[in-house]
Amino acid sequence: MVMKQYDLVIVGGGPAGLAAAVAARDKGIQDILIIERDKELGGILNQCIHNGFGLHTFKQELTGPEYASRFIEQVLERGIEYKLNTMVMDITPEKYVTAMNREDGMFQISAKAIILAMGCRERSRGALNIPGYRPAGIFSAGTAQRLVNMEGYMPGKEVVILGSGDIGLIMARRMTLEGAKVKVVAELMPYSGGLKRNIVQCLDDFDIPLKLSHTVVDIEGKNRVEAVTIAKVGPDRKPIPGTEERYTCDTLLLSCGLIPENELSKSAGIALNRVTSGPIVGDNLETNVDGIFACGNVLHVHDLVDYVSQEAATAGKNAALYILNGSAPNVKTVEIAPEGGVRYTVPKYIRPTEMDDNITVRFRVGDVYKNKAIVTYFDDELISKRKRPVMAPGEMEQVVLSKKKLAEYPNLNKITICIEDV
Amino acid sequence: MYDVAIIGAGVIGSAIARELSRYQANICVIEKEEDVCNGTSKANSAIIHAGFDAKPGSLKAILNVRGNKMMDALSEELDIPFMRNGSLVVCTKDQDKTGLHDLLQKGIENGVPGLKIVEREELLKMEPNISDDVTCALYAPTGGIVCPFHMTMAFAENACMNDVSFFLNTKVNSIDKNEGNYVLKVQHVDTNQEEFIQAKVVINAAGVYADEFNNMVSEHKLHITARKGEYCLLDKDAGHHVSHTIFQLPSKMGKGVLVTPTVHGNLLVGPTAEDVDNKESLNTTQEGLDSLARTSALSVKNVPMRQVITSFSGLRAHEDCNDFVIGEPDDAKGFFNVAGIESPGLSSAPAIGEMVASSVRDYLGLSEKTNFIAKRKGILKPEELSLKKRNELIKSCPAYGNIICRCEMISEGEILDAIHRPLGARSLDGVKRRTRAGMGRCQSGFCSPRTMEILERELPLTMYDITKNGGNSKLVVGINKEI
Repeated sequence: MVMKQYDLVIVGGGPAGLAAAVAARDKGIQDILIIERDKELGGILNQCIHNGFGLHTFKQELTGPEYASRFIEQVLERGIEYKLNTMVMDITPEKYVTAMNREDGMFQISAKAIILAMGCRERSRGALNIPGYRPAGIFSAGTAQRLVNMEGYMPGKEVVILGSGDIGLIMARRMTLEGAKVKVVAELMPYSGGLKRNIVQCLDDFDIPLKLSHTVVDIEGKNRVEAVTIAKVGPDRKPIPGTEERYTCDTLLLSCGLIPENELSKSAGIALNRVTSGPIVGDNLETNVDGIFACGNVLHVHDLVDYVSQEAATAGKNAALYILNGSAPNVKTVEIAPEGGVRYTVPKYIRPTEMDDNITVRFRVGDVYKNKAIVTYFDDELISKRKRPVMAPGEMEQVVLSKKKLAEYPNLNKITICIEDV
Repeated sequence: MYDVAIIGAGVIGSAIARELSRYQANICVIEKEEDVCNGTSKANSAIIHAGFDAKPGSLKAILNVRGNKMMDALSEELDIPFMRNGSLVVCTKDQDKTGLHDLLQKGIENGVPGLKIVEREELLKMEPNISDDVTCALYAPTGGIVCPFHMTMAFAENACMNDVSFFLNTKVNSIDKNEGNYVLKVQHVDTNQEEFIQAKVVINAAGVYADEFNNMVSEHKLHITARKGEYCLLDKDAGHHVSHTIFQLPSKMGKGVLVTPTVHGNLLVGPTAEDVDNKESLNTTQEGLDSLARTSALSVKNVPMRQVITSFSGLRAHEDCNDFVIGEPDDAKGFFNVAGIESPGLSSAPAIGEMVASSVRDYLGLSEKTNFIAKRKGILKPEELSLKKRNELIKSCPAYGNIICRCEMISEGEILDAIHRPLGARSLDGVKRRTRAGMGRCQSGFCSPRTMEILERELPLTMYDITKNGGNSKLVVGINKEI
C-alpha cells in the first residue's frame, strides 16, 4: 500500500474539522489533510438552512451553509488540502489512517497527529425500541431535513414528531412551511431537549402542541405509517395505561438524541466517557492515545455550533503544539468531578502547569434548575459560585478555570463542579 | 402451460425451485410480495438447528438433520454465509436435569452427531457470560447460524439462472382443477390485473397462507395458526457476548428464548411466542420486547439490551398436527403441500427442497438437464479481498471505492451488484437484505437518501416510486410546497 505522510490528519470536514484545520495552520502546521466522507465540506451545516448560527462568533445571524462557508473560505485561503467523498475505514493507535475513495482506492496515511471530528448520528427507532409496525414514513429528523432541504422532497404530509431535540423542533417548522401539518411533538422527559428559542420560534409561533412526559406507544400501518399512538408517561417514564391518544398521520419523525460516532475512535484504542459517548480528554483535548485529539460533536454533543468552532480551534492549536514540540512531559493532572446535577465535563481533567491561561469547561445539567448556582470547589474549598436563573439539559453550561488561580493550589487533588442552592 | 407452479418465494419455495431447476421442466414461482424472502423467511432466528428437538421419526426430525448435513456443501456451492458455531441448551438450578437427558436421547435417536452434556465448569470456559443459575447444558457441535436472506436469495437466484420464472408482486386468488391440471387465477398487485396460469403441478409453499390454498383443492383441510415471535437485534459491539447459540430448556414457563451471535456479527435475542389471528400482524409489542430482556437473563447474564439497534417480529406457520405437512392430499394429485413449515423450517429447507423435487420429478417423469448451473456467487464483498485485489477492483469499477453505508461500510459497487443481479433489489429493504446497507447501528439514517438516489438512477423508477418494501411503502410523497 502506498503510504503517504502528513503532519496532521483531520477526520471530518464539518464545522469542527474546518476550525481545527484553520487553527493548526495558523500555529504553523503546513502539512494538513482534511478527510471528508460527503461530497462537500461543511458537514451537517449544509442541510441546516435555517438561521441562528454564528451569533457568538460573528455577531450575526447566519444560516448553516453561510456559517460553514465562512470557515470553508478560511480553509481555501490557507490552501489547506482536503479530500472529499473519502471514507476513513480505520485508525490505529500508531496513527495510521486507512481511507478509501473512488480515485485513490484504499490508501494509508501515517500522521504525526490526528484530530477526530466525525460528528454524531441520530438515535434510531430501533435503538428507541418503539413497538409497532415497521412501515415506510418513519424518519429521523435529520434524514427528513436532508430530504427536504438538500433534495427537495417531502417525506410526508401529516406528521407526528417524537422528541424535542433541536433538529426535531427545526423540522416541525420546516415541514409546516413546506405545507405539511405537524400534529404534535411528544417528549418523553418533563422538559424539552432543545433550545428554548427553538420551542418559541418553531412550535409556539406555529401553534404546534408540545406534549411533555409523553412517548409513542404504537405505530400503525403495514406499508406507510397510518397512525401513531402516544401516551403520557409516569415518573418512571413508563406509559400510563388509559392516557393513549391516537393521531392519524403518514409520518413519524424522531428527534430523540444524538450519539457521537466513535466507532473509529474505538478501533484506535481511545477511552470513551460513558455519559457523553465521546473520548475522555484533558484540557488540550488530547485523548488517552498520544497525539490523537477530538473536538465537536464526536467529543460531546453541543447546543451551538459557535462552541464547536471554539473547541475545535483549541484542538487544532494543541495538535499543532504536539507536532512542533512532541508530546507534553508527564505532568500532574487534576480530575474534574461532575457532581450534584452536573452530568459530565469536557475536559475531564486539566494539567495545571501546562494548560492555557483560561480553560472553558463545558457541561450539561441533568434536570431543569431554576435560581440555582454553578459552584466550583478545589478539593473542599469553594472557589466560585455563579447564579443561574434557569438551567436545562438542552443547553450547555460552562465554568472557566484560570491557570493563575490553580497555581495557588499546588497540592490540589480534585476540582468539583456541581449545582447548589443560591 | 407450466409443468410446475410454486406458490411462495420464501426459503422453502426457493429451495424447491432450485432443486427442480436441475430437471427439464417449465417452472414458475409466484410471490405476492415485491421481493423474494419477504415473509417468515425474513424474520426468524437465523439458526441451522442440530436436530435434537423434534420427535424422532417426524418429518421435522428427519428433514432437520438431513438439512443440517447438507449445509456445508450448499454454503460452498451457493455462497451462503453459514457458520457451525455450535449450540447449547442450558438448564438452570430450578430445572430438572432429566429434561436435558431426554433431549440428548431424542438427539441420538434422530442421528445428531457429537451431542454431549457439559457441566458448569466446562460450560463457563465455553461461554463466560452464561447466567449464574445455569448448572449444565446440552452441547450440539453441529448447530449453526446462517443468513436467512442470503440463503433464500441464493436458492432463488440460482433457480433464476437455471430458467425458473419468478412472478413477483403477484397474488394467487384461486386455484381450480381442470382435466388433471391446475388453473391459478393470479392478480398483479401493482395493476390489479388478473390472469390465469396453468400448471400440471402446483407446489404450495405459501407459509402462513398455505392452509388457504390447500383448502381450495382438497377436502383434507389444513389449519395454520400464525405464531408471532418478536426479536431484538443488538449492535455488533455486543456480537461477542456469546459465541454459541444459547437455548433455554423448555419448562412450564414456556420454551424460553435464545441468545445467539448472527453470522454477520450482531447479537440476536428472541423469539417470544404468541398465536395471532391476523396473518399480517408483524408488529412488535411493548410486552413482547420487555419480556425478551427478562427471559434472556435466565440463560445469559448482562445482555446489553441498551445496544438494541432494531426489533422485529416474524410469523411461524403452525399447523394443528404439529409437524410439517409435505406431499399430495389423496384427493388432489399433483398438488404438493409444503405446509406448517415452522421451526426447524429454515434448517430443513435444503432437505425439503430435495425431497419435494424428487417427488415432483417422479410424478412428472422429469429428466435431468445437461446444462444445469450448480454454482452461484453472492454479492462480491470487497472487505474479503486482499488490499491489492481491492484496489484493482476500485480501479476497474470506482463505485467500489465509494462507501454509501458508513455503519456497515457498504460501497456503491455492492449496491449496484444487488440491483443488477438476477432478481435484483428494487426497494430500500431489497438493497438492505442483499448488501446490509442500512442494517447497521444508524438504521439507514444516513444512507437511505443516497440509496434512493442510486435506485432512481439505475432503475426505471422516479423518487416517488421508490419504496421501503414494495406496495404502498413509498418514501417521499411530493416535492417541497407541492402539498
